[in-house]
Amino acid sequence: MENSNSQPLDAGFEYIIDVEDVTVRFNKSTEKINDLKEYFVKLVKHQLMFQEFLALQNVSLHIKKGEAWAIIGTNGSGKSTLLKVISKILKPYKGSVTVRGTVASLIELGAGIDPKLTARENIYLNGCILGYDKKFIDSKFDEIVEFSELEDFLDSPVQNFSSGMKSRLGFSVATIVQPDILIVDEVLSVGDVLFRKKCMNKMNEMLSMGTTLLFVSHNMQQVRAMCNKAIWLNHGKVLKIGDAEGICDEYETNIEAIKAEERKKRAQAEKALNDQAESIRKKREQMNAANKQ
Amino acid sequence: MSSILQKFKPKEGSFWETFKYKDLLYQLVSRDIKLKYRRSFLGYVWSVLNPLLIMMIMAVVFSFLFQRNLALFPIYLLAGRTMFEFVNNSVGKALGAITDNATLLKKTYVPKYMFPLSKVTSTMVDFVFSLGALVIVMVVFSFTQGKVLFSFWNLGIIIPIIQAYIFALGLGFFLAQLHVFFRDIRYIYNAFVTMWLYCSAIFYDIGMFYEKADRQIAEGSLPYAKYLAFVVENLNPLYIYIKQFRYFVWVPGIDNVPYWAAVNQWDFILGTIYALVMFAIGTYFFKRSQDKFILYI
Repeated sequence: MENSNSQPLDAGFEYIIDVEDVTVRFNKSTEKINDLKEYFVKLVKHQLMFQEFLALQNVSLHIKKGEAWAIIGTNGSGKSTLLKVISKILKPYKGSVTVRGTVASLIELGAGIDPKLTARENIYLNGCILGYDKKFIDSKFDEIVEFSELEDFLDSPVQNFSSGMKSRLGFSVATIVQPDILIVDEVLSVGDVLFRKKCMNKMNEMLSMGTTLLFVSHNMQQVRAMCNKAIWLNHGKVLKIGDAEGICDEYETNIEAIKAEERKKRAQAEKALNDQAESIRKKREQMNAANKQ
Repeated sequence: MSSILQKFKPKEGSFWETFKYKDLLYQLVSRDIKLKYRRSFLGYVWSVLNPLLIMMIMAVVFSFLFQRNLALFPIYLLAGRTMFEFVNNSVGKALGAITDNATLLKKTYVPKYMFPLSKVTSTMVDFVFSLGALVIVMVVFSFTQGKVLFSFWNLGIIIPIIQAYIFALGLGFFLAQLHVFFRDIRYIYNAFVTMWLYCSAIFYDIGMFYEKADRQIAEGSLPYAKYLAFVVENLNPLYIYIKQFRYFVWVPGIDNVPYWAAVNQWDFILGTIYALVMFAIGTYFFKRSQDKFILYI
């Protein structure tokens, strides 16, 4: 869990996460150049263009210790990119990110799970990928197994597990520490209701212990229940930032408006289609009548 | 020791960061080894049996082909081949290590060095297992020769093994980062390996070159075989490691040591320099391009 460059949690700093004017750039080029021949052909033809696509543009975000932030926005608005920048998976193209404290990121549960290994082996592998050492996992092993409810399947390969079982395993390993910052990205949409409830309880427990939360969800009810602050992203830019209540309301009315717009468009299209069908039917009737005569 | 390790704060993105993840290295290496032989009937025995079988075939074929009557030829052959396979396999696996772990690298932060490092290390563990084949052959020849072929000298193999390990790491890092951007590196590497095999004096000996050069000089023609020998002996790091390896397992058992098999300090220095330079090149390029990996995998 220890990250080498994250500075120790210090009372002297007001913010636990500083995202300063961050821009993330991707190459949107339609075809990836993956081999040398293509590379040289394109080089000669001067087609080595870099079609840039900015997944995040000048995003700034300052988070205090103990706050619970929601990141909301439609698909493709840059929510996951922001989380990846904060958890050091992506380097920003411009700007800087400073994280003071340990991070546990639940971006995708069980990203490090090897399907050919058994659950027991995977607990150790996944734990080490998250940066724990073996001694620590040894001491928490029983706790992990108990939380994941996989006692009976410890020595069977994970490829035989259901997706719910896999995410239970991933969640149990990832939340075994008390991190300073917990990053959650729509991972709770899997698993049965009981386990989801258990996860929610675990997260609430962490929050009450002073963990800072970063939460991505499309479920405004969940956001209202868990978060006190929110940032609304749209096409990689910050649209609104502030208290969760107000932003959730606004987001919902906005989404409603978009949905209403869509409904209207759909109704129009349907009407046009019906009209067309009607006219065809009329024509055919006329032809039939003409044939009879 | 542990307090030193705790104070040790490597910069993010540097190779030394992997020391913080030594438990992960252990897990990745043990995964590779466990999965390699899981569900196979003979399991780890294959690590020994496989080189043994290939050695037998090669020994028969090449004794007919060359008729060199090299003393203890099977040991000579097996020593060379084991070393070659170690470097070749570890680099070949390290090459795809980044692209094979794409999903993981997209979802979590792990030092990217870990993946080529774990592949080279697990291949080295496998290589140590395969030394069992060498031990078996040496036991057999101890009986047929009527003298014990084992001695303290044999422990010297640790020197070329370390050199080869560092060299393979460097080459592995370099090719792994290149493979992210150009997937054809794998095919180029495969062709290169074939050439490398013939340049490493696995099933022939470098003495053949010198003898040919002598004949060429006697005939008054250009002694190009001498230049070939120079290239293999000085510009091919892998041959330097194989030569040292043989010096510690094959040479102690034979009576008349050929002049080309004797190792001097020059071989040791050159081999170490090649290993360190390759390591420096590999980590330099890996470090420079590692932030861009995620955009291409």
